Amino acid sequence: MSAADILTARREAGAKIASGKMVAAGDATRLLEAVLRPGDRVCIEGDNQKQADCLARALAGCDPDRVNGLHMVQSGVVLPEHLDIFEIGIAERLDYSYSGPQGARIARMMGQGALKVGAVHTYLELFARYFVDLTPQVALVVAVSADRDGNLYTGPNTEDTPTVVEATAFKQGLVIAQVNEVVDRVPRVDIPGDWVDFIVEADRPFHVEPLFTRDPGAVTETQILMAMMALKGIYAEYGVRRLNHGIGFGTAAIELILPTYGERLGLKGKVATHWALNPHPSLIPAIEAGWVEQVHCFGSEVGMEGYLAARPDIFFIGPDGSLRSNRAFCQTAGLYACDMFIGSTLQIDLAGNSSTVTTSRVAGFGGAPNMGSDPHGRRHPSEPWLKGAAEAGGATDPLLRRGRKLVVQLVETFGDKMVPTFVEELDAVRLARETGLDLAPVMIYGDDVTHIVTEEGIANLLLCRDAEEREQAIRGVAGYTEIGRGRDRGMVAKLRERGVIRRPEDLEIDPLDATRSLLAARSMRDLVRMSGGLYDPPARFRNW
Amino acid sequence: MERLSYGHDTDAPLGGDRADAIHGVVASGNLEVLMERVLPAGRCEVEIATPLSGYEEVWAAVVSDFVERVQPGGVRVSINDGGAQPDTVMLRLLQAARLMEGGR
Repeated sequence: MSAADILTARREAGAKIASGKMVAAGDATRLLEAVLRPGDRVCIEGDNQKQADCLARALAGCDPDRVNGLHMVQSGVVLPEHLDIFEIGIAERLDYSYSGPQGARIARMMGQGALKVGAVHTYLELFARYFVDLTPQVALVVAVSADRDGNLYTGPNTEDTPTVVEATAFKQGLVIAQVNEVVDRVPRVDIPGDWVDFIVEADRPFHVEPLFTRDPGAVTETQILMAMMALKGIYAEYGVRRLNHGIGFGTAAIELILPTYGERLGLKGKVATHWALNPHPSLIPAIEAGWVEQVHCFGSEVGMEGYLAARPDIFFIGPDGSLRSNRAFCQTAGLYACDMFIGSTLQIDLAGNSSTVTTSRVAGFGGAPNMGSDPHGRRHPSEPWLKGAAEAGGATDPLLRRGRKLVVQLVETFGDKMVPTFVEELDAVRLARETGLDLAPVMIYGDDVTHIVTEEGIANLLLCRDAEEREQAIRGVAGYTEIGRGRDRGMVAKLRERGVIRRPEDLEIDPLDATRSLLAARSMRDLVRMSGGLYDPPARFRNW
Repeated sequence: MERLSYGHDTDAPLGGDRADAIHGVVASGNLEVLMERVLPAGRCEVEIATPLSGYEEVWAAVVSDFVERVQPGGVRVSINDGGAQPDTVMLRLLQAARLMEGGR
């Protein structure tokens, strides 16, 4: 049977359960049993944030005698049902990107041989493969609302939906969408109805996780000191205007001192103006103080809807007045149109390789390896990109020099419970050796890292001329970890003289400034107030 | 509660003329630092009371780096630790020294 014939057969089988395109939530499992065939390649929408949870439950409820051997392709393995289907025998193979909350269980199941993992990808790699060799035959996606023709409105969390539907619908695949409600007219059309075959009105609204909310009340003075060093020693030095921030407290601290310390340094309008970033609530004070010109978002953030709608001058807003995000485009923007990535990690080795893998968890990659890498396909110049290249040296003719994206690791030398961030060998390498992986799951490779910022100082790896200098530069900011105490003190002193290592005092940073009074917002309540009451934090963050 | 004490000779006295300064709080993961200008100009002594044992080596390293970086001659430092990480200890010491020097 041809792909077109199979699609017709799927549609006819589904039509018996549907009324037009509409299927009741209670019939979702019957629908899936009717349209799925053993061995199908199926994409279930599990994004960084929004989840096709009703369809995930329906799939897990299928009879494994009828639906089996599926090859799941999906960006996030987030819900228990995503792994239940492997235990029940419905699915067999998995290609994915990120598995944060299921990281421990996926590691256990891999060890037991309960699922075959093709590969763990970055988002962009997986999206790319949707169009080359992992094209879904059936896609199970999620939206806020649909009309009876199947037009979908995703709301501000558009995220991965356009990518998944595009790959499936135009290659004779079947698209099923779960929606919170069926309406006469959708507020805006994010996915045209003729790309969508069936609509399931879900029994309850889809799950969205607030992933990017950092309570300013929990930012420590050490994080503020590091934020000051980053701002003065990197943002200002290189004139970084286009950037992406990670989601940790360190980068939240930077966002929160832009209107205070950044203002004092005279950096407004000169740094941090254009962003590829989720709508971090901690960016509200900088936006309100006029620092930010433009932000494109991978997804949205719970509670930020009202504030985003009020700032179409900053964010990408649809004709309906709500945010339009798009993970594939924003990842591409972060990769090619940003001059700097700055974020945290769990472990860094002596070559600067970093990983968030610990022995018992396989959390996957998400987008960090794309954001935190130097894209060799880039050609347009910019001041920070050229300065990075000049510092790195290399080709003697500047006209032949490859620019350098700044990739900055912002880490405290010890994590929770005095676990050192700096290590001889990454747990990821041990994991690869013990489980027979071809490659260790490295988040950011050392040769892409340009700076490491810790509470002890900044190590500029661009200025290191050999592996030994690089190792000592890393040891020289590794604080009181074993790696840090194992430094060659003479060599570290020489690196400091050359400006490869810079301490707070070298940057003329007064430690007395590193207090919480430097934060433009010191609490969730401050953020709400500064948003003009438009930011509506989830209940768990309402601590006043 | 573990008690540690260290003594260092310094190349210079700590700047400023403030007689004493107290900084930080004894809370979980934090510490209180008291500095008193009561010793000969070329001498610094540090007394530590910490609820955690087994970190003598790290304390010795932090104190020795602090003395090298700041040259706090003439000062007796008393630390009341609440289980702070070394980065927090160093930050508090630097902040207290700045207060002694007459910083804000």
